[in-house]
Amino acid sequence: MEQMDRKTYWREVRKRTALLLVIWFIVGYVLSIFLVEPLNTLKIAGVPMGFWMAQQGSIMIFILLILAYAIMMGKLDRAAGVEEDAGTTTPPSQAH
Amino acid sequence: MSIIGWTFFWVAITFAVYIGIAIWSRVKDTAGFYVAGQGIPSIANGAAVAADWMSAASFISMAGLISFMGYDGAVYLMGWTGGYVLLAVLLAPFLRKFGKFTVPDFVGERYYSNTARVVAAIAALFVSFTYVAGQMRGVGVVFSRFLQVDIVWGVIIGMAIVSLYAVLGGMKGITWTQVAQYTVLIIAYLIPAFAIAYTLTGIPLPQLALGKVLPQLDQLQYELVGNFYSQPFKGSWDLLNVFFVTLALMTGTAGLPHVIVRFYTVRRVVDARWSAFWALFFIGLLYLTAPAVAMFARYYILNAFSELGPTGMLDLSWVQNWAQTGLIRASEWSEGMTAAALLSTIDRDIIVLATPEIANLSAWVVGLVAAGGLAAALSTASGLLLVIGSAMAHDIYGQIINPSAPDHVKLTVARVMIFIGVVIAGLLGIFPPGFVAEVVAFAFGLACSSFFPIIVLGVFWKRCTKEGAIAGMLTGLIFTFTLIVLMRADRVLGLEEPILSSFLGINAQGVGTIGMILNFIVTILVSLRTPPPPKKVQTLVEQIRYPRVLQAEELESA
Repeated sequence: MEQMDRKTYWREVRKRTALLLVIWFIVGYVLSIFLVEPLNTLKIAGVPMGFWMAQQGSIMIFILLILAYAIMMGKLDRAAGVEEDAGTTTPPSQAH
Repeated sequence: MSIIGWTFFWVAITFAVYIGIAIWSRVKDTAGFYVAGQGIPSIANGAAVAADWMSAASFISMAGLISFMGYDGAVYLMGWTGGYVLLAVLLAPFLRKFGKFTVPDFVGERYYSNTARVVAAIAALFVSFTYVAGQMRGVGVVFSRFLQVDIVWGVIIGMAIVSLYAVLGGMKGITWTQVAQYTVLIIAYLIPAFAIAYTLTGIPLPQLALGKVLPQLDQLQYELVGNFYSQPFKGSWDLLNVFFVTLALMTGTAGLPHVIVRFYTVRRVVDARWSAFWALFFIGLLYLTAPAVAMFARYYILNAFSELGPTGMLDLSWVQNWAQTGLIRASEWSEGMTAAALLSTIDRDIIVLATPEIANLSAWVVGLVAAGGLAAALSTASGLLLVIGSAMAHDIYGQIINPSAPDHVKLTVARVMIFIGVVIAGLLGIFPPGFVAEVVAFAFGLACSSFFPIIVLGVFWKRCTKEGAIAGMLTGLIFTFTLIVLMRADRVLGLEEPILSSFLGINAQGVGTIGMILNFIVTILVSLRTPPPPKKVQTLVEQIRYPRVLQAEELESA
């Protein structure tokens, strides 16, 4: 596979970041706050769904979003050849 | 052994562990002192972030707060977890690649200005001092409640322990102690939670057991208080405030210096991403359990009320035990009082403190909860003290007053500054000034209205200039600070009542969101009207966007 150039890499980083933040907003704000009242009329095993999203579901999805980010970015780094070598440290003096 | 005996036992054992770690992890240079030599593995860093993050308030007070708020408690649950998504995707990996010591370091170099650095250092100091005073107070309160030690002595014991491992080991000592403290606090939190879930429902996992409790709790609360526990937007928590406060807490989380610097301590950019995941995973263990504990405790109390009545409840052993401490004003209980009136005589901290007894757990668990509360308070305090010490020693002394000082002199200054920080924090804990009561509003409001916008723009927008960032930071800080003081003048300035009741209907905890939006607008407008940053800074921004170190010729081609 041909190596991705750096411009494409950075565009892909921003695309994935934007996608995750859209999900973050929908889960944390749209479902858990703006639509909580209509969602509360939907009950699963007696638990109102709007309430459950706000106090349980949202936190679980936040954890999964960060997991997805770490995995996606790792793949992207390798595709563009910008990953760090195993075991290397970036000393503060060489970072720029 | 009695409860007091077990409490002494657990506190002594855990403190011995913290001291042992302090001696083992002494450091010899400033890189070790400020960023633990950038050698912390990502899981350990995740646990350290979690301990750093979860304070005495998260451990002792949050479940009780949610229990009294019902749905609206989601403000704190989501506000103090959702910010990690922002931190993970917008800040942590890039700041790790930048690879210096402090948040003002980034602000100063990215915005090529010592003025920007000083503004950032002052904001970091104010935020951290407000926050740490509450933690030192928390240490004193735990000591006084569980061991009948005077609050002042409790604070002094806490100061002695923190200064030992923070002054000796710096970030390295703090990190490994925080890993130990996370272990203590999560065990101490989960054992009583599992036990009370099992006692009430026969299901040990709190997240499953809540499905059984919530419908009954909703029903019971409707009969006794007149609304449902799960009903949103009660009282002053309308949709507007729930939205603004949640957003302020999330962006504030992502802007808090003591959380951000933890991501400087890992080896690589990849580790920064993964430690953000581990951090929220470890935090989630407590934050997904707290709302369940809140429901169980409220259901248990309302159920006891409807079965026994107020005078019948006086015979319960946990009521008798905690009435002695003054946290339950049982003397006000009388036959015929309403459930709402009875609930208002119970301090919200009881929800966590009394759960082990409600679930009939033995004395050793009760003692463990005290050790957990101390672990939560001490770990947060030490992280904040490092920020305080480094802002004074590294950003102000090391970068501005005497940049040419040799490393060993800078290290000594750092140790002295942390020690001074501990002493000031202790004094603020013993004699808390009014603003300490408003730590949520001040710390999160100021962090989100000062740091968050300019760090995000600093990474994602090369054109952002020093004039823009300084103007934006000052706008956000001054606006938010002034409005919080006006809205909380009764507590902060000691006036009879607040000067302003709300800002367009938004309360003091949510006004930071407006400050943050103003900061974004001002930073962008001013940047577009000022000359672009120098080539060197644009190269720096290009460099931090990629995990691997790019060579000069690679950067040329960009």
